[in-house]
Amino acid sequence: MIQAVFEPGGDAATALYIVAFSLFIVGIKRGTHPTTAKQGNLIAAGGMAIAVVTTLLLDGIGNWGLIALGLGVGTAVGVIASIRVQMTEMPQMVALYNGVGGGAVALIAWSEIRHGISLGEDIPLDELIPVLFAAVVGSVSFWGSNIAFAKLQDLIPTKPLAVPGQQVINAVLLIGILAACVNIALNPGDPNQAVFIGILIAAALLGNLVVLPIGGADMPVVISLLNAFTGLSAAAAGFALDNVVLIVAGTLVGSSGTILTMEMATAMNRSVSNVLFAGFGGAPSGGGGGDGEERPHTSIGAQDAAIKLAYADTVTIVPGYGLAVAQAQHAIKEVADELESRGVTVNYAIHPVAGRMPGHMNVLLAEADVPYEQLREMEEINPEMPRTDVAVVVGANDVTNPAAKNDPDSPIAGMPIIEVSEAQQVIVIKRSLSPGFAGIDNDLFYEPNTSMLFADAKAAAGEIASEIAQL
Amino acid sequence: MTLFTEITIFVLAVFVGFEVISKVPTTLHTPLMSQTNAIHGIVMLGGLIVVGYADDPLEYVIGTIAIAFGAINIVGGFMVTDRMLGMFAKKPKPKAEGDDKGGAG
Repeated sequence: MIQAVFEPGGDAATALYIVAFSLFIVGIKRGTHPTTAKQGNLIAAGGMAIAVVTTLLLDGIGNWGLIALGLGVGTAVGVIASIRVQMTEMPQMVALYNGVGGGAVALIAWSEIRHGISLGEDIPLDELIPVLFAAVVGSVSFWGSNIAFAKLQDLIPTKPLAVPGQQVINAVLLIGILAACVNIALNPGDPNQAVFIGILIAAALLGNLVVLPIGGADMPVVISLLNAFTGLSAAAAGFALDNVVLIVAGTLVGSSGTILTMEMATAMNRSVSNVLFAGFGGAPSGGGGGDGEERPHTSIGAQDAAIKLAYADTVTIVPGYGLAVAQAQHAIKEVADELESRGVTVNYAIHPVAGRMPGHMNVLLAEADVPYEQLREMEEINPEMPRTDVAVVVGANDVTNPAAKNDPDSPIAGMPIIEVSEAQQVIVIKRSLSPGFAGIDNDLFYEPNTSMLFADAKAAAGEIASEIAQL
Repeated sequence: MTLFTEITIFVLAVFVGFEVISKVPTTLHTPLMSQTNAIHGIVMLGGLIVVGYADDPLEYVIGTIAIAFGAINIVGGFMVTDRMLGMFAKKPKPKAEGDDKGGAG
């Protein structure tokens, strides 16, 4: 049995918690560059170890069997999941982690309320309000994240599911939750546990209903937002438990999620509330090109594409989520290797929402051993586009649509795009001319300098690579 | 701690968070998210405290689940981040990726 050494809330424990959150900050700070990020992650993990061990050594902590059970099960699941997960599945994984984090907070809030009731004294408002906040936000993010996970994992349709009267139901739920919170806050001496459970359930429903109608293309915003929510709920739990490391760590996560949410929304030129409540990307919005008419386009085969690429000086590859779906990142890397061996300069232009979560495409390409230096951000690569001989669009659609720039009436007008149409020639590898998530035609496909290569991204890239090798 | 001490800490942490995290490049945003997920696992401390001082069956159950959830966050989060960052770091060698343990608990 471990000897209890720290007084709960005492100076020694608090000092160690301060060390822990300092290490979190140092760890994130080291995460600003790929060469130091791995070390930063270990530093943050060290901070976590200090915080956990300190807590286990608090005076009076008991029930070791249950603690071991929880730690054992959680560790086993965490280890297996982190080893098995494919890089394409990272968004699901992060959604799930957001979910369990939020769930843990909601459960802790519930037990705090029970604890307060069992003491039979007034629960002070500065504890009660954070507990209620933690319960609501934790429950919303648990259920919202689970729905996001199910959508990303294709367990439920990724299309926006509209429930009639959606907004009204959400509003009623929210008002109900607030009313119930007020009811509990007005009876700090004897809060009704049934009302509290009602709050958890209503928040769970709200989490489901808010995320269900959101389409797959908007997942980067949703995941980031849920990340911010779980962070804030942890900070709230810190207020309730008077625990500095919870407050600081939760706030760091909340800031991170908030920054990413704003960046993702900007990258799609939409407000966060528009993403959450507009159900974008469902039925094609009437304005864009009709489906019936076939517009003239140029179609080429792998061999022609290989020739175009092999005799270029600079090639920019524009990957989209389609590349991830087709698992084509390794095949594309082969094409790039062949080109580089012939002296062609190859870059990758990464749109901020190219993937299902912030930075997703970069991880996929890193997995395929693409050097970090070749991954170029949108702002950086766009000015170079006119000097690019061939731009290859693989599995990307809306983020390359020049209509965002040229057509003020387009549903995606104003969305920042990778300006591939500025390149000398464009090759689009795609299965068909079908529209992307925004449900609109991509004008890029019909431009005179664009050649369409209709094929599966992985197969096409493989063919192109072997064609180049034979040239 | 008084409420206002806690609010002070919170406000300062908001500024630190925005300052540090806005410097993380887009390329590393996915590892950043999984790392902050792991840091979020700090809520496991709440679960430990609940179970550690609990004396009724429902709280045992609630707290143990909370610990398990938190441990998934911590161990899974740090380990998968480590795996991802290993991909960014490796350059010369083509394929030899072992998974270092980065978890705590």
